Amino acid sequence: MYLDNSATTQVSEEVFEEMEPYFMEEFGNPSTLYKIGRESKKALNLARQRVADAINAKPDEIIFTSGGSESDNLAIKGIAFKFLNQGKHIITTEIEHPAVKDTLNFLESFDFKVTYLQVYENGIIKIEDLIEAITPETILITIMHGNNEIGTIQPIEEIGKIAREKGIIFHTDAVQTFGKIEVDVEKLNVDLLSLSSHKINGPKGVGAIYIKKGVRLVPLIHGGGQERGIRSGTENVPGIVGFGKACELAASQLDEHYEKLASIRDELIEKVLTTIPEAYLNGDEEKRLPNVVNFRFKAIEGESLILLLDAKGYQASTGSACSSNKLEASPVLTSLGLDPVDVHGSLRVSLAPESDEFDVDEFVATIQEAVARLREMSPLWNQELDYDGVMCSKHGDNCRMC
Amino acid sequence: MDYSEKVMDHFANPRNCRKMEDANGVGTVGNPTCGDLMTIYIKVNDDEVIEDISFQTFGCGAAIATSSMITEIAVGKTVEEALKISRNDVAEELDGLPPIKMHCSNLAADGLQAAIENYKENNQ
Ligand SMILES: Cc1ncc(COP(=O)(O)O)c(C=O)c1O
Ligand code: FES
Repeated sequence: MYLDNSATTQVSEEVFEEMEPYFMEEFGNPSTLYKIGRESKKALNLARQRVADAINAKPDEIIFTSGGSESDNLAIKGIAFKFLNQGKHIITTEIEHPAVKDTLNFLESFDFKVTYLQVYENGIIKIEDLIEAITPETILITIMHGNNEIGTIQPIEEIGKIAREKGIIFHTDAVQTFGKIEVDVEKLNVDLLSLSSHKINGPKGVGAIYIKKGVRLVPLIHGGGQERGIRSGTENVPGIVGFGKACELAASQLDEHYEKLASIRDELIEKVLTTIPEAYLNGDEEKRLPNVVNFRFKAIEGESLILLLDAKGYQASTGSACSSNKLEASPVLTSLGLDPVDVHGSLRVSLAPESDEFDVDEFVATIQEAVARLREMSPLWNQELDYDGVMCSKHGDNCRMC
Repeated sequence: MDYSEKVMDHFANPRNCRKMEDANGVGTVGNPTCGDLMTIYIKVNDDEVIEDISFQTFGCGAAIATSSMITEIAVGKTVEEALKISRNDVAEELDGLPPIKMHCSNLAADGLQAAIENYKENNQ
């Protein structure tokens, strides 16, 4: 059972079929004038219409990119370099995806100042903090819609209203929310919005950015002038076609999927919290995506939990340091104010609407068994351990070496 | 994680994983990078031989596997022999560890050393 749909999703049958002709038969370059070129152009236009419809935008406000990461980079660098002379201050949160966070870190090395709004225990920012952070130098606010690790949803509409009042450009990364909850660019009051195809049963390596009419930015990729000069490079036609179809499907099934996912999610949360001792939910109980749940279990480490679950046929993920490439605990979970030791014991489950045959009871029993097993092995479970005794002053708070 | 079959075996069926009530040496070490914790218990007999050894670990698959492996390597060895078990020995016996996980192997060797030191202190 695949339970890591925040990481990526399976391409759906309908999407795959829609894409297929554009590999071999309809291989034309959309910029050319003869028939196969025009066919490709037509396919691009249809896809653009579908993406636009899915978020209540106009087709000429949609620029295709190579995915969520590129869209985030384009939004942030594109605005930063466009408004270089008007100010160098950007506001964001401390739980952004690396595509936003690392882009901002990069800009900091060019003298940009970035304010990272705190999220509280519930994983959501406070509007007061945002208002306080705004300065005359602020050129951009970039705050994600739904978080990929804990699933919490930020008050984008309200943020957008404030940004508009102050005349500051507002970008949101809607990669995780799109297809899960309503994403309407008019209601959300956004100027820029990032989308990715592979999170909604579309192919990987394609996405889009919504750029509100009238908003100007500097391109990341210069060249042949495709996508109105904002994103050069011959278009990934099969990918874009697939993405368009995936958008159409996601939009038409939104309500049905929401109901289904949210009810599985709620059942899962309820059962995990009531049957497993010292189990907690990370992030706000209400303001969350219907498909993402993040738990933490005391005194166990997440990577070993993932391995045990995998052995039973469940694929999920964790924010444990041990499972990250940098051996760092998830910054998202850490910013909820959790002890790094507790972050270790986190488990993210992300559902897909097609998880019909998902047996919650069986899954919860499997987690329960795995957690119990790891706790039996753990020196931290039910034991008085002189934890401080193994910490040293040399290595700082995280050290238990000396 | 790309673990060898041996690592997966020791993770799935850890050897000597328990708390030892009558240990005469106990060492707890932790990892400064990721914050994991390992306790090694040893029972050393009058001939200075490690007669019994066990562990408890809070950590990743590699940390559990290296703990398990070091108990197998060290059991039956004298204290002096056991002190010579190097960090690499553990990883080698497990048919290697992913590079990023090598520090877990360090943890096991360090844990055993800490237990032996504790035993020596207890017996001075
Ligand atoms: C919130 C968020 N933003 C951006 C991305 C990056 O999208 P992509 O993989 O299409 O580059 C992801 C997915 O990993 C994500 O979850
Ligand atoms: S115990 Fe953390 S990486 Fe192995």
